[in-house]
Amino acid sequence: MVEPLLKVVDLACARGGLTVLEGVSFEVASGSALVLRGPNGSGKTTLLRTLAELQPAVSGEIFAPEDTVAYAGHADGLKGTLSVGENLTFWGSLFGFGDIAPALDAFELRDLVARPAQSLSAGQKRRLGLARLLVTGRPVWLLDEPTVSLDVAAVGLFGRAVERHLAGGGIAVIATHIDLGIDADVLDLSGFRASAPQGGAFDEAFA
Amino acid sequence: MRGLLIRDLRLAIRAGGGFGLALAFFLIVVILVPFGVGPSANVLAPIAPGILWLGALLACLLSLDRIFATDFEDGSLEFLATAPVPLEGVVAVKALAHWLTTGLPLTLAAPVFGIFLNLPGGGYGWLVASLALGTPALSMIGAFGAALTVGLKRGGLLLSLLVLPLYIPTLIFGADTVRRGVEGLDAGTPLILMAGITFGTLALLPFAGAAALRVNLR
Amino acid sequence: MSFWEYANPRRFMAFTDRVMGPAFVLAAVALSVGLVWGFFFTPDDFRQGSTVKIIYLHVPSAFMAINIWVMMLVTSLIWLIRRHHVSALAAKAAAPVGVTMTLIALMTGAIWGQPMWGTFWAWDPRLTSFLILFLFYLGYMALWSAIEDPDTAADLTSVLCLVGSVFAFLSRYAVNFWNQGLHQGASLSMDAEENISDVFWFPLLVCLAGFFFLFLALVLLRTRTEIRKRRAHAITLRERAA
Repeated sequence: MVEPLLKVVDLACARGGLTVLEGVSFEVASGSALVLRGPNGSGKTTLLRTLAELQPAVSGEIFAPEDTVAYAGHADGLKGTLSVGENLTFWGSLFGFGDIAPALDAFELRDLVARPAQSLSAGQKRRLGLARLLVTGRPVWLLDEPTVSLDVAAVGLFGRAVERHLAGGGIAVIATHIDLGIDADVLDLSGFRASAPQGGAFDEAFA
Repeated sequence: MRGLLIRDLRLAIRAGGGFGLALAFFLIVVILVPFGVGPSANVLAPIAPGILWLGALLACLLSLDRIFATDFEDGSLEFLATAPVPLEGVVAVKALAHWLTTGLPLTLAAPVFGIFLNLPGGGYGWLVASLALGTPALSMIGAFGAALTVGLKRGGLLLSLLVLPLYIPTLIFGADTVRRGVEGLDAGTPLILMAGITFGTLALLPFAGAAALRVNLR
Repeated sequence: MSFWEYANPRRFMAFTDRVMGPAFVLAAVALSVGLVWGFFFTPDDFRQGSTVKIIYLHVPSAFMAINIWVMMLVTSLIWLIRRHHVSALAAKAAAPVGVTMTLIALMTGAIWGQPMWGTFWAWDPRLTSFLILFLFYLGYMALWSAIEDPDTAADLTSVLCLVGSVFAFLSRYAVNFWNQGLHQGASLSMDAEENISDVFWFPLLVCLAGFFFLFLALVLLRTRTEIRKRRAHAITLRERAA
């Protein structure tokens, strides 16, 4: 039995003051991945942001060791005037994990290392955004639609990077629509949709 | 943290005129004043301390909204919030980067602008000292204001409305230091009071700024 | 029953429904008695003549202007610490009343200042402090109206209120340092020696009570409106979700 790195018990999350998910419970063990599915607006982003502690949970508990999470949202967090190498080096130094070479290799960015990030194509920018995860050295990856604007070859690169991460004992929670070719559990969020409170009863939280 | 500072300074330089913009604005304010009040040294000299401080303050205000806005828009701020650095530290470093690109050049250039305004000889030392001690507070208060308004679409004007009243004590003591220096009075008292505000600001506002950022990131 | 039970919107609505009417009545009675007494049944001051009678508007509004900000500070703290929505909404509701009181104090001061000092406006420390307080109210209200999400707005305005209070306090002393003033000493001092004489003092107390009850009634009315708006917002969200 592998100790779960990330454990969620009866979690409820809100978006814009409205509870959208409730009763979410799952465990992800070291070395495994969880794919989140569900239609647009089902709360995938909300759940990932809650797991990353960017927003507070409405109720329920999240068990994860401190400072283990790397969150990659819709935006890549790149600075256009900095080169690819400078962008990565910055995030590496911030997370105290200096070496950017493996990340460059994993996403085939080595030839682009001196190019300013603003001159990259959308797919190249996305690859750089994902390479950022590798330089954090964090075991828990929370990825929100990571394959947007990636071509088939790049999706393959990404899949292999996730596999290596899992093989190294890491875990990944990925919200995605496409098949990444990795062995992962699937959690469909449409089953956890919060039911609207009935009647005119307003409690303290007006919800 | 040093990485963040270096990145912000590099961004300020590469974005074209990160250092220059505030200085140019300061220069324009100082040049426009004599056109407004007349060229007489008798008029300019008494108001020079106030104009210099006001010009520095407005030049500082100019670039405040960029402190967090770009990082908020491109997702860097979310990543910074999950990084193993305290958000309070991020706020403090951002304010420091802002000071290095605006407050410091303004402090160094202020004596030159003082000449344009016929600032009397006794005021120059106090001018540099008061700006050196006072502009860090302007940057820190500004970073707090920028953290409050970072999620808003048109936050720039609101930011000025929120920040300017908070600048009043620093402006009063800063300009008074120079005025007393010019008149040969004891300028140490307002300078020390202003330094007190600056240090208090530096100690407390990173926490308020980080709290505001956390709310805006939700 | 604990005081905090009124933080429940439903209890608050039920309770204030009973309190608000009497508060309006008390305000009307105290203001009419106090103002009529003050304006028509007090002697003219030996130096200031009849102009002194403006204190029955000036002093209570100035007193309320400061204390409403203090009330907003307290309710903001309660929101930040205990997360009672009613508290945050009460702070929001009080701000426009506070800014109006500040404006009344400034305007009556200007009208009084013209015959006394020969000018409508002087950069006297007290006047300047009130002008700064006016700016703080404006910024606070602008921040409320600029943020769409009500909880985010409540959090950010509360932080602003906290920081603003510290700076308002600093400004008060900085302004004293900057300019010694023309303004007479406090009318409402604990030190009896400095106080105005009893003939003016009793109607002034009645006026103060009137202003207080007026504030209480207005702030309850506005808080109730804010609670209803907040409910409407929650219902809209629910319907969008359903």
